Amino acid sequence: MTENSTGHVPGSNGHGLGGLRLVPKTDTAYKMKDFKSDQEVRWCPGCGDYAILAAFQSFLPELGVPRENIVMVSGIGCSSRFPYYLSTYGMHSIHGRAPAIATGLATSRPDLSVWVITGDGDGLSIGGNHLIHALRRNVNINVLLFNNRIYGLTKGQYSPTSEPGKITKSSPVGSLDQPFNPVSLALGAEATFVARTVDSDRKHLTSVLRAAADHPGASFVEIYQNCPIFNDDAFEPLKDPAARDTRLLRMEHGEPLRSGPDRGVVAGEFGGLEVVDVASVGEERLIRHDAHREDPGYAFALSRLDQPAFEHVPVGVFRDVHRPTYDDLVNEQVDEARAEHGDGELAALLAGGDTWSVE
Amino acid sequence: MAKQIEQLDRVVIRFAGDSGDGMQLTGDRFTQETASFGNDLSTLPNFPAEIRAPAGTLPGVSSFQLHFADHDIMTPGDAPDVLVAMNPAALKANLEDLPRGATVIVNTDEFTKRSLAKVGYTVDPLTDGTLDGFKVSAVPLTSMTVEALADSDISKKDAQRAKNMFALGLLSWMYNRPTEGTTSFLKSKFAHKPDILAANLTAFQAGWNFGETTEDFAVSYEIKPARLPSGTYRNITGNLATAYGLIAGSKQSGLPLFLGSYPITPASDILHELSKHKRFGVRTFQAEDEISGVGAALGASFGGSLGVTTTSGPGMVLKQETVGLAVMTELPLVIVDVQRAGPSTGMPTKTEQTDLLMALYGRNGESPVPVVAPSSPSDCFDAALEAVRIAVRYRTPVVMLSDGYLANGSEPWRLPEVSELPEIDPAFATGPNGPDGTFLPYLRDEETLARPWAVPGTPGLEHRIGGIEKHAESGDISYTPTNHDLMVRTRQGKIDAIARDIPELEVDDPGGEADVLVLGWGGTYGSIAAAVRRVRRAGGRVAQAHLRHLNPFPANLGDVLRRYERVVVPEINLGQLSLLLRGRFLVDVIGYNKVRGLPFKAEELAGVLQEVIDRD
Repeated sequence: MTENSTGHVPGSNGHGLGGLRLVPKTDTAYKMKDFKSDQEVRWCPGCGDYAILAAFQSFLPELGVPRENIVMVSGIGCSSRFPYYLSTYGMHSIHGRAPAIATGLATSRPDLSVWVITGDGDGLSIGGNHLIHALRRNVNINVLLFNNRIYGLTKGQYSPTSEPGKITKSSPVGSLDQPFNPVSLALGAEATFVARTVDSDRKHLTSVLRAAADHPGASFVEIYQNCPIFNDDAFEPLKDPAARDTRLLRMEHGEPLRSGPDRGVVAGEFGGLEVVDVASVGEERLIRHDAHREDPGYAFALSRLDQPAFEHVPVGVFRDVHRPTYDDLVNEQVDEARAEHGDGELAALLAGGDTWSVE
Repeated sequence: MAKQIEQLDRVVIRFAGDSGDGMQLTGDRFTQETASFGNDLSTLPNFPAEIRAPAGTLPGVSSFQLHFADHDIMTPGDAPDVLVAMNPAALKANLEDLPRGATVIVNTDEFTKRSLAKVGYTVDPLTDGTLDGFKVSAVPLTSMTVEALADSDISKKDAQRAKNMFALGLLSWMYNRPTEGTTSFLKSKFAHKPDILAANLTAFQAGWNFGETTEDFAVSYEIKPARLPSGTYRNITGNLATAYGLIAGSKQSGLPLFLGSYPITPASDILHELSKHKRFGVRTFQAEDEISGVGAALGASFGGSLGVTTTSGPGMVLKQETVGLAVMTELPLVIVDVQRAGPSTGMPTKTEQTDLLMALYGRNGESPVPVVAPSSPSDCFDAALEAVRIAVRYRTPVVMLSDGYLANGSEPWRLPEVSELPEIDPAFATGPNGPDGTFLPYLRDEETLARPWAVPGTPGLEHRIGGIEKHAESGDISYTPTNHDLMVRTRQGKIDAIARDIPELEVDDPGGEADVLVLGWGGTYGSIAAAVRRVRRAGGRVAQAHLRHLNPFPANLGDVLRRYERVVVPEINLGQLSLLLRGRFLVDVIGYNKVRGLPFKAEELAGVLQEVIDRD
């Protein structure tokens, strides 16, 4: 194993963002418009996807890599139209399979910056298996999961993140499903980078995108995204200016975990965490956020703080740890085999060990 | 006293024992010895899906049949001349396949009351007349092995386990096989277990010596090397040849091979083999499921690799959605389906030809893909290479339909000259092809109708593809009715036009006077060819042709079918090719269909052909 794949610290090699260390650099000073394609954007008016697209397009120049080395891979769903609206390479694939396709692409082409665009139905329902396996393997891809807690493209059925009891077209007397918490799921798969952000907070969204791109290996970003047609205001408690500052628990590495001016996070029972009045425990007992903890248990405990719903919703980077990436390891095995034994020679391979001649 | 040596022109031996008795290894070693001696040969391993069914039971019987000869042969043989039965279950499971007069070598140590009862023998078949009419050699294989290893430090259990090497030694003596290969094989296999190595070598030698000294075996046999076309040969199984064909395709195209695969019987050996060849730039990805395997392969193809996935029927079903995406995105992709008995789980270790219609039509929409099929174990090399060639040249998924019989069976293979393998030009797009420096990802090559393959990293050719219908040139999403009709026809036309780029169907009709044609595809080639020989030897006239390309068909297939009064189509399915031929050519072919999980027997097919020839 070479140092390159194991000893990497993001951003520390002088070549920009850590997740892009094998991607060629460019001096081209891209602007946001350079990443807009000629396609008319066809989401519904007011869709949260517009805000995410705009934030993403304005962020891409920051990567500092040639446009042709960026690839967007999506599945099926409203969010999965994303690649069409970007002027990079892209594949709008089939339902749920984007992480699998991106795994093959990223593994065979470490010189590409590969982004998977998925939604709560695409990524957690039909494609749930591919998602967790891509995360555990730590393939060098960035997964952006737009979570609107509803099926939009099929016109309004409950999704695997819909709240229990939700009335939809396919659940006229209420959904019976226990929802996934996407962050808990990703952490359960021991994803090395897990974050959450909100479509309407462009600054925060961009900072999370930057951190995801900086992470070598699989980055998982849940983006709360509003569907104005089938699940409008699903995240309103987090957007209402009067309430959001107390409900959003903004995590910053090394900083105390606070939820608004009065409340903060302390260690609870059985290894869990709880939100308490800071005044009742004292400032010094607040936990300082450590996104680099190897044990995913802490980040998992953080991901459980949003119960009851929307009381305290952690946003930011839950976990950012380093583990060799799958693509690096695969390519190292190939490189090592070649270094040790030389390039394969076809005639020798075909002959194998036991041959005989017929005159 | 020097023993008598009798000359034979061909022999069929079947080794049969419990799953834990090492029969596949024994058969494989005997095969390698036979191959290096220069006989022509053909093998048929036959084993249960259970890794270790309860010891001594009928479901646990594993066998390996080998046909070898001093002339070229086509099949593993209809019936064994020699059965080696390591226990009562092996005898009972195989006895009905034996013609009277065949030799039966039994391991008498295992014929205990308990073992007999396990398989329902109330009296010992060795003594009750069951084996009257057979040449029986009763050998206490287990106890002689243990005795030979009396001075060894290994446990009695390990000593007993070496009995397959004793049997191999005995058979190697009987048929005058060279033993150096087995000796060096054992030395390498047990390099880190010197005790076990010594025990196996001793048992092997003891078996040989037993044959040479005992009076039970008065005669040994010699089968002279076959007069095969000159060249360098090796023995090879279908799965190994498939793996090599894929690597050759990678070499010849200059595209790194990316295999996305999920383990499944009987295809897993291709994954195992390819995972060894990283020096060839091969990347193997053992996916979380069949869908991911093909998805990753397609993703790698998008990135400019040679994307390949390998599977069997139940996995093929799962991959079809992604194959459809490859049809729509028009990217090269090779899908190897090693067919097995179905439906559903079916009989995983048994062979069948029942995936033809699924390969052709098992996707939504009009979704044409080229289909190729190998005709013998070694032909898997050429078929895989051809699949790669078509996939890359025409930017299309290609299905290769191997089967369980080809996959595990083996035969001598005359090594190809690497310099004579076809060159495959990936011809990546490097610059704009549209007006004003634009790139039109679906603007086609006029000759092949293939679209440009522009891989990420190529400046100026950034484009988006996907499963949604797209405009005929720009590739932009299009729901225009006429555009869809055009695209459906263009995708079909592209595949149909490959017929211009494949050889015409050759017919073997020596006298040119046959009224009956037998037409097959895939793994039945050997059985059909052997049947045709029989018919001709008996004075019958029959023509034979075999399809490599199932889609598109060779351009002259219709003419060939119409040239004959009657066309017989044997298939290990209920008539899938027959259906296609009737539909395409309005020729009412005569199907011969048996779906037993086993290859056809030559004698049986010869009877069928003769019956059709004799019809008025």
